[in-house]
Amino acid sequence: MKKKVLSLMLVASMAAGLLAGCGSTSASSSSASSSDSAEAEAADGEVFKIGGIGPITGAAAIYGSAVRNAEQIAVDEINAAGGINGYQVALQFEDDEHDAEKSVNAYNTLKDWGMQILAGTVTTTPCIAVTDKTAEDGMFQITPSASSTNVIANDNVFQVCFTDPNQGTASAQYIAEKALGSKIGVIYDSSDVYSSGIYAKFKTEAEAQGLEIVSESAFTADSNTDFSVQLQSAKDAGADLLFLPFYYQQAAIVLKQANDMGYEPTFFGVDGMDGILTLENFDTSLAEGVILLTPFAADATDDLTKSFVAKYEELYGETPNQFAADAYDAIYIIKAAIEAAGVTPDMSVADIGTALKEAITTVTYDGLTGTGMQWEATGEVNKDPKGVVIQNGAYVSID
Amino acid sequence: MSFILYLINGISLGSVYAIIALGYTMVYGIAKMLNFAHGDVIMIGSYVSFVTFSQMGMNPILSVALSAVICTILGMVIERVAYKPLRKATSPLAVLITAIGVSYLLQNTALLVFGANPVSFTSVVNLSPLKLADGALVISGTTLVTIVLCLIIMACLMLFIKKTKAGQAMLAVSEDKDAAQLMGINVNATIALTFAIGSGLAAIAGVLLCSAYPTLTPYTGAMPGIKAFTAAVFGGIGSIPGALIGGILLGVIEILGRAYISSQLSDAIVFAVLIIVLLVKPSGILGKQIREKV
Repeated sequence: MKKKVLSLMLVASMAAGLLAGCGSTSASSSSASSSDSAEAEAADGEVFKIGGIGPITGAAAIYGSAVRNAEQIAVDEINAAGGINGYQVALQFEDDEHDAEKSVNAYNTLKDWGMQILAGTVTTTPCIAVTDKTAEDGMFQITPSASSTNVIANDNVFQVCFTDPNQGTASAQYIAEKALGSKIGVIYDSSDVYSSGIYAKFKTEAEAQGLEIVSESAFTADSNTDFSVQLQSAKDAGADLLFLPFYYQQAAIVLKQANDMGYEPTFFGVDGMDGILTLENFDTSLAEGVILLTPFAADATDDLTKSFVAKYEELYGETPNQFAADAYDAIYIIKAAIEAAGVTPDMSVADIGTALKEAITTVTYDGLTGTGMQWEATGEVNKDPKGVVIQNGAYVSID
Repeated sequence: MSFILYLINGISLGSVYAIIALGYTMVYGIAKMLNFAHGDVIMIGSYVSFVTFSQMGMNPILSVALSAVICTILGMVIERVAYKPLRKATSPLAVLITAIGVSYLLQNTALLVFGANPVSFTSVVNLSPLKLADGALVISGTTLVTIVLCLIIMACLMLFIKKTKAGQAMLAVSEDKDAAQLMGINVNATIALTFAIGSGLAAIAGVLLCSAYPTLTPYTGAMPGIKAFTAAVFGGIGSIPGALIGGILLGVIEILGRAYISSQLSDAIVFAVLIIVLLVKPSGILGKQIREKV
């Protein structure tokens, strides 16, 4: 009997642990937004319901949280200024933990809520899964930061960020133009479409630019904690610039291990490197001199950036990263597209989708992440990347 | 020159696997169960050290010791609450599934307490790297400490089992539980002691692991746990020298495979070698062939 009670208790505690895990995340993500939607609906019977999906927990949580926070700022600003064409906007954000299956579940949850437009998802792999669902439903989708070309395979999906090929090409051009290095080493994640996509285009463009790639090595999601071998082979090959097209968690280990082995090339990252300075307990001196291509620098002096950064810092106590800027732009791009198309919230999801995907190609938008941004019907954006270098623990624009 | 460096890195990684594998192999040898929550005890140990050392600025040695003590207690509590009541269960699957449950419980508890964002772990080893051959060969302090510590732990554990009464009791229980009980050995206490030692060592392994590869998340223990389990099977599960040999071989094969064959296939190579070893010698390198008496 005693044994039974004990094992029952164990089962109960395990179940409680699991439930508590799920409960807290979904509660925190929906509580803020549900009050907004209630408010918005009180103000006017009809509201535009915009959904967001991204990782608020899990390994890529820093991106999803930034996107959620910035989307909320943009929606609050729009509502305070009278909404879009007089209609208020409601935002609801769901967690997907950077997992494709959970992302589709989050999408279904948002559809039950009545979502009409999707401003998401944040990361590439889940986004590809969700784009098939939005295409089925004819829903207009704009992703702040999922950068693979696979994301925009369907004609209802648009990007705020660069596509991976663009990032790879732009990185190689940038390195050649600024003469940052002559012998280049590359480490990339072969199990991730984002990383291998950038790498493939980088390689092609680097050859066209006459850059010499002396070392290239890969890792996978299961072996992403030890880079000593890859670093050693780059060092042996005499690489003076190391191109790191992957996320900041792994980049932090690369920087530490390179430092341990006394290897000091120029490190060059892409937008996934963004976030490294806010990694808890990370020794930012290791990142000194790291260059990354990002369309957004928080130290830029234009009014839009200054007001956004000030607002974000006041509300969330940290400097917004590029993902936050992309997300803020995403909401305003939706606003611009709605205004251009003249849609109303009482239209069906598919009708809104059809109208918006026509309208967005006519829009020219000046935002945080670029001026004169325009969209192809394919979903790709045209804008220029900016290089930033990390100095004294902060991003500084190079140009 | 880089071959020597790869070899040393492989031995260092293998040493961590070996220390973790000890926990699997001892528990299997004595309680005849696979403790799949072992990998997550590593993660808890690393977080304890992270909080006390990196955040509160405690002395590194004291912080590792505290983390070992907490994990020892955790290991004993897990054994007492989750495994002991099931020891007489008719199916050995019951306790295996419970172990997987405990693993998820620990991971999700860590998610609640520490959050999902990765943290950067400051190395507890503050030794300057060893530079040989005009800087062509740079070996980090963490690497050296890991290898030395692994050898010390192995030697101490062997002495403990050979020379002390408690160690002899462990051997006896692993041979025949019922006969050991008849000889007046407290089987429950011996099993609890095994869990205590294994979990304490897991804490040390966790700190070494995170010192060498400095990101810590609630899932940090999962993959090294599986690799160490593989190492234990590789060396012959139930055998302590087997855990050492299995762990180091696994680490060396992984690093050399990554360096000379393919950086993407390193795990596949490791497991292919495991399959070959098991085909040739089903009980592992140092495993004993036990004939089932009918």
